[in-house]
Amino acid sequence: MLQVSLARLKQGHRTIPYPAVEPTLPDRFRGLPVVDVSKCPTDCRECAEACPTDAITIESAGLKLDLGRCLFCTDCTDACPEGAIRYSQDYRLAARQRDDLILSGRELQLAEALEEKSRRLFGRSLKLRQVSAAGCNACEADLNVLSTVVFDLGRFGIQFVASPRHADGLVVTGPVSENMRSALLATYDAVPAPKLVIAVGACAISGGPYIGNPEVHNGCAGLLPVDLFIPGCPPHPMTILDGLLRLLGRVQDARR
Amino acid sequence: MSDAAFTVLRAGQALPRAKVPRLAWAEFRRTIQSATDAGQRVVALFADAVLSAESTDLYAVIADGQRSLLRVGTTTVDADCFPSLTPDCPQVHLFEREIAEQYGIRPERHPWFKPVRFHASYRPGHDAWDRKPGQAPVVGVTDFFRVEGEEIHEVAVGPVHAGIIEPGHFRFQCHGEQVFHLEISLGYQHRGAERTLAGGPNKRSLHTLETVAGDTTIGHATAYCQAVEALSGTRVPLRAEVLRGIALELERLANHTGDLGALAGDVGFLPTASYCGRIRGDFLNLTALICGNRFGRSLVRPGGVSFDLDDASRQQASNRLETAFADVENAVNLLWNASSVQARFEGVGSVSRDNCLALGVVGPAARACGIESDARQDFPSGICRFAQVPVSTWSTGDVFARAYVRWLEIQRSVAFLRDQLRGFPDGPIRGEAMALKPDQIVVALVEGWRGEICHVALTDADGRFARYKIVDPSFHNWMALGLALRDQQISDFPLCNKSFNLSYCGHDL
Repeated sequence: MLQVSLARLKQGHRTIPYPAVEPTLPDRFRGLPVVDVSKCPTDCRECAEACPTDAITIESAGLKLDLGRCLFCTDCTDACPEGAIRYSQDYRLAARQRDDLILSGRELQLAEALEEKSRRLFGRSLKLRQVSAAGCNACEADLNVLSTVVFDLGRFGIQFVASPRHADGLVVTGPVSENMRSALLATYDAVPAPKLVIAVGACAISGGPYIGNPEVHNGCAGLLPVDLFIPGCPPHPMTILDGLLRLLGRVQDARR
Repeated sequence: MSDAAFTVLRAGQALPRAKVPRLAWAEFRRTIQSATDAGQRVVALFADAVLSAESTDLYAVIADGQRSLLRVGTTTVDADCFPSLTPDCPQVHLFEREIAEQYGIRPERHPWFKPVRFHASYRPGHDAWDRKPGQAPVVGVTDFFRVEGEEIHEVAVGPVHAGIIEPGHFRFQCHGEQVFHLEISLGYQHRGAERTLAGGPNKRSLHTLETVAGDTTIGHATAYCQAVEALSGTRVPLRAEVLRGIALELERLANHTGDLGALAGDVGFLPTASYCGRIRGDFLNLTALICGNRFGRSLVRPGGVSFDLDDASRQQASNRLETAFADVENAVNLLWNASSVQARFEGVGSVSRDNCLALGVVGPAARACGIESDARQDFPSGICRFAQVPVSTWSTGDVFARAYVRWLEIQRSVAFLRDQLRGFPDGPIRGEAMALKPDQIVVALVEGWRGEICHVALTDADGRFARYKIVDPSFHNWMALGLALRDQQISDFPLCNKSFNLSYCGHDL
């Protein structure tokens, strides 16, 4: 017992002071992509052609970047000859609507809180059931880590539960393989109404690296009504946490 | 020696496909049999078919760990079936089922002939279970082995599991609390990864391999890049090999730390569970220090790596490694000194050394039975050719052994990292990637944190992938988990499962 107590003292207090204090992220963290179109050479399509999931489209109207398809990899930044596209350190990426994830020069419309009735129901106690629908285990791992002491999801009243019957909503990861389709839908049906669906990661939003494979359904948006989209591959735990807290109205910015 | 019928191949070195001997079935079979009787392992057995033709080629890659040699051979199957090797050579059991499912040729008298991933055959009109064309297999619907008796009950778990974890189905035959038999049926995660690689490489290929088992990004990406580099004659600078080696060990550290924490959690020992849950993040953040992503995405690239560490960052990494290791040591040593933990770990979920050898089990699960097999030692590639990490083994084959091997590996990986982080060789971090040569074969082996990762690539006349075979270590090990549950309490299932911690998506592809 003494050894355990001494170990406890040594391990110290580790919970981050977020949201009171902004989190520290690695220097090379790839957050929100930023495009400076003034630097783009005429008729250059290097980034669009390099992108593995065709998240970037260049039309006469301009460049569009679909955060829901984005893997946050370095293919576009490597391909760009002028440094016009780069990643910022902004970890706040969650949105309420699928269309809000398509960036075209205007600022990202971050997720607004649920309407008042849902906020009253879920704001102080949100129980979530996670379903991995062919996820690769990275999104799952960084969802799991939210319950550990550094992030301590429990202090916000959010908890992952063992049964959909105990849950207020689903957190879906993975591109939704055909082999998980009916299990995902059955789990959704087992959640009592009113319920939420949160899609975490590029796979759950659009299919990610598996988009277009006949074995998958390109994410859950075509199968379930999604209330919150959290982009990333995988999204950093802070991105997920920010998204969840925004949904509950616990984090708000005056502008953007 | 009859294994001379196969041709010798070194891991990570390409060979013209014409040099792979095409043998008659009897000699192919005999070679595999005598090699496995001599203690060698089948690292890959797979089919390749020109889909318009009526025949299928089978390729076998055998590993002689003692002499760091691989041997490869091929045979042609013209009929819709072939005699199963499994009764005499159990370690190919799942490979044969996979061949049947993918190409519709049946291994006759296979003792456990069931689907693997529950997908339609790649050859229309050839279905190993005689299902009608267009009739999609229903996942999880198969003949489960059943024990009959009045007091027997059957427990079914999954696909959706209670925690935040990938899906799979577990069917227990129980007598009260005691498990007589556990059957594991997977395929829920099947995304078609292997099939989409044919015709590549293309801009999606590396991203598919980074996510084929998303917690083993560095392991699979390294194997893929080694295959591509061998096929194209691309040279990797030494500084890049050091960075790849560091990333691979950091991946091992993060996952082993997480596993020890999870094992502690499964026996209700919350101090270690809580601390390790956090410290795992410290190791992930070290990977993010190098490449911006906690899982190492976008780090390993054909020709080398895409991120470097300057002296200041290298020193920072070194300092943070020391802190994280001190924390892990502090947290994990509580486990070995807590009799309540030891009472739950020791003698539980044992797999015998003989069964591990028979099944071709790899990784910490095999080393926990005293089997000294580790691709870093047996088939060293990259920096492992210059810097050896001692192989960690224990003998009891139980949950304790699998946990303790992880602890030994953590210590040894930290020692390796300390050495490497002292200073890097000068030079670039990426060689120029060349085009793939036509009509070649290569086998890449990397010791991922779960065990040996094997990628086999064959190129066609245009230098594109004709076939890309991925073998995740979990493919070898799931059966061992089934065996580990025999005569155990069903309440120990989460503990046993966690002591293996296998990949569902790495198996399902």
